[in-house]
Amino acid sequence: MEFFLQQLVNGLTLGGVYALIALGYSMVYGILKLLNFAHGDVYMVGAFAGYGVLVAFGGPADPRIPVVTLIVLMFLAGMLASGILGVVIERFAYRPLRNAPRIAPLISAVGVSFFLQNAALLVLGARFRSYGTARMVDPATGLQWGPLRISIIRIVVILSAVALMVVLHLLVQRTKLGKAMRATAFDREAAAMMGIDVDRVIVATFLIGSVLAGAAGVMVGLVFSRVYHFMGFVAGLKGFTAAVIGGIGSIPGAMMGGLLIGLAEAFSAGYISSTFQNLIVFGLLIVFLLARPRGLFGVPEPVKV
Amino acid sequence: MPEIGTDRWVAEFESRRVRREGPWGRLIEWSSRRWLWLFAGAAIVYPFVIGGDFGIRVGVNALLLAMLAIGLNVVVGYTGLLDLGYVAYYGLGAYGYAFLASDQFGIHLPTPVVVAVVALVVFGVGLVLGQPARRLVGDYLAILTLFFLQVFVELALNLDRLDLPFVDGPVSITGGPNGIAGVDPMEILGFRFGQVRDYYFLLLVLVILLIVGVTNLARSRTGVGWRAIREDTLAAEHMTIPSGRLKVLAYAFGATVAAVSGTVFAAVQLGVFPQNFTVALLIVVYAALVLGGEGSIPGALVGALIIAMVPELLRTPAGARLLFYGGLLVAGLTLVRPRRRLAVIVPGLLLFGLAVRALVAGIWPGLVAAETAGGVDRWLLRFSASADVVVSVLFVVTIAVALAAVAVRRRRVRDALLILGVYLLVLVWENRLVEEPSITRQLLFGALLVVLMVARPHGLLGRPRVEVV
Repeated sequence: MEFFLQQLVNGLTLGGVYALIALGYSMVYGILKLLNFAHGDVYMVGAFAGYGVLVAFGGPADPRIPVVTLIVLMFLAGMLASGILGVVIERFAYRPLRNAPRIAPLISAVGVSFFLQNAALLVLGARFRSYGTARMVDPATGLQWGPLRISIIRIVVILSAVALMVVLHLLVQRTKLGKAMRATAFDREAAAMMGIDVDRVIVATFLIGSVLAGAAGVMVGLVFSRVYHFMGFVAGLKGFTAAVIGGIGSIPGAMMGGLLIGLAEAFSAGYISSTFQNLIVFGLLIVFLLARPRGLFGVPEPVKV
Repeated sequence: MPEIGTDRWVAEFESRRVRREGPWGRLIEWSSRRWLWLFAGAAIVYPFVIGGDFGIRVGVNALLLAMLAIGLNVVVGYTGLLDLGYVAYYGLGAYGYAFLASDQFGIHLPTPVVVAVVALVVFGVGLVLGQPARRLVGDYLAILTLFFLQVFVELALNLDRLDLPFVDGPVSITGGPNGIAGVDPMEILGFRFGQVRDYYFLLLVLVILLIVGVTNLARSRTGVGWRAIREDTLAAEHMTIPSGRLKVLAYAFGATVAAVSGTVFAAVQLGVFPQNFTVALLIVVYAALVLGGEGSIPGALVGALIIAMVPELLRTPAGARLLFYGGLLVAGLTLVRPRRRLAVIVPGLLLFGLAVRALVAGIWPGLVAAETAGGVDRWLLRFSASADVVVSVLFVVTIAVALAAVAVRRRRVRDALLILGVYLLVLVWENRLVEEPSITRQLLFGALLVVLMVARPHGLLGRPRVEVV
C-alpha cells in the first residue's frame, strides 16, 4: 500500500510537469493548428535559466539569499526566459508562415528545435547539470504520514503546478483575453472580423504556453536534479502525447492527459519490467488513437469540401 | 494573404504543350527533361572526379536520401498523408535484408530473392499499417505513424533477449542496441558488390528507375487520384475516386520504396543498427523533401543532394570557411537592396572591426590571444582560451542582433544592426564555430530550415498551390 502511495505521489509530480508542457502544445495547436516541435526545447531553456539563477546566487550548497526567495527567483527566471523565447520563436519562425502550406511551419519548428538544442550544446556543453536540491533543502523535511513521506519540494511542485493550472483556467474562462483566445481557436477569420487582434492573441498564447513550459523546466530541475541540452526532446514527446490523449486543442484535456501519462509512467516503472515499458506505453497509445482519435476531451471537427 | 484566384496552372494554359502520344512521343518527352540528363551525367562522372572512398560514400548517402525523399514524395507530396513513421520501413527493409542474408539466422539467400521478399513483405505490412489512413486525417495520422516509428525502434532495441517457448536460453532476433553486424554484400547475376563504388552505381540505376516509374505513376489514373485526394478528400470521393484504397496504396508504395533503399543501405554498411532509423533521419528526409518542394520529383532530388552533400563541406575548416564566407557574400549581394547600401555597410564593417579590436586590446588585454600573423587576424579579435564564456555570451547576442536586424524597418538602424550582426557572426564563427564542426553543422541545418521555410514555404522547386477559401 505504501509503495502504491509513493508511486502515486511520483506520478502526480511527473504528471503535473507533463500537464504543464502539454498545455503549451495544446493551446498553440488549438489556435494555429501547428504542432510546435520546438516547445520541448523552450522547456529546456527554462530549466537552464533556473539553473543560471541558482549558480548566480552562490549555488545550492551555500546560497547568498534565503532558499525560499531563491526558488521563487528561479521560477521567475525560468518562466521569463521561456516566455521571451516563445514569443521570439513565434515572431520569427511561425508568423511569416501563417498562410503557408501546413507542412512549412512544421519544418520550421523542427529547425528551431534543432537550432536551440545545438545552441545550448555550444554555449553550455554536453555536461549534465544538477540543481543539487538535496543540498539546498533537507530532503527529510516534508509531510510524514505513517510510512508515507512526501518531501517539501514535491509538495511545492505539485501545488504550484495546480496553482498555475487554476490561474490558466481562470484566465481562459473569465478574462477578455481568454475569450479572445477561445474565439480565435474556434474560427480565426471570424474572430478577426469581430475586431479581435488575432496576432496579439497568438503572441499571448505562445507567451502563456512557454511560461508554463519554463515553470515545468524548473520543476523538473528541482525534483529530478538533472538538466541537459537534450532534455527537451523526450519531455516534449511525452507532453505532446499527453496533449493528444487529452484531445489536442483542449485545455482540460491536456491537464488530464498529463496526469494520466505521469501516473502510467510511475506505475509501470514501479510494477512492470522496464525493458518493455516504453513499448507497452506506445502500444496503448496506438490502440487509444485508433479507438478514439479525438482524445478524451477533443471535439470532432466537421469536414467541409 | 495568398493571391486568391491567380492560379498558375490556369495562367499557363495557353503555353502548355499538348501531351505527346505513343512510344515515340514518350521518348521525345523524356529526352526533353533536361534536369534528369544533367543529373544522370553529373552523377556518372562524380565518382571519377571525386576519387577517394569517402567522397563516394557521401554520394551513396546522397542517393539513398534521394530514394527516400522521392518515395516520401508519393505519400506526402502527392497524397498529402503526413507519414512520420516512414523511416521505420527503411529500417524494416534493412533488418529484413540482414535477417535473410547474414549469419544472424544462418540464412544466406541470393540478393534478388531477398530484395523481392523484403519488398513484398513490407508492401503487405504497409497495406495493413496503412489502414488507419482511411479513417484518421492530418495530424492524427502523423501522430499515429510517429508512434509506429517509436514502436519499431523499441522493438529493434529490445528484441535481443527474448524467451521463446520450446527454445533453450534467450533468443536474439534484432541484436538489440548492437544491431546485426557482418551482413552479406550484395550479389546480382554473379557480380559481387565489393566496393562502395559498385553500390553507388546500383543506387544511381535505382534512383533513375524510380524517377521514371514515379513520373509515369503520377500521370496515371492512380496518380491523378492521389493528387485529387491531397487537394480535397471529400470532393475527390464525390468524384468517385476511391480515396481510402488509394491512400493505403500510396502509403504502402512509399513504404516499399523505403524498404528497398533500406536493403541497399544494410548491404553497403555491412550491418544494421537501431540508431540508424530514428527521428533524426526522419527529420533529414522531410527536410530534403520540403527543401526541394513537396510534390515535385526534381525538387525531392535536389533537396536530397543538397541536404546530404553540403554539410560534408563543413567537415574541414577550409571547406567550412569557404561555405561560410561564400554564403555571407551571396547573402550580402542578393539580400541588400539597393546595392549601393553595400558601399556603406562594407567600409562600416571594416572600420567597426578595427575600432573594436583597438578598444578591447587597450582595455582588457587579457581577453585577447597573442597576435598571429596577418590576414583576418589584424581585423578580428581572437579570444584567448580563458574567454570561452565571453564567446558564449556573444553567440547569444549575435542571434539577438540578427533577429533584430530582420525585424527593424528603419533603414539607418537596420544598416547599423547589419554591420554589428555580421561582425559578431564572423567573430563567433572564427572563435568558436569553426572549432566545433559537428555542432555547427546541426546549428546551420536548423537555421537553414527556418530561413528556407520563411523565404520559400513551397520549397525550391515546388510551386505555390492556390488555396481556395
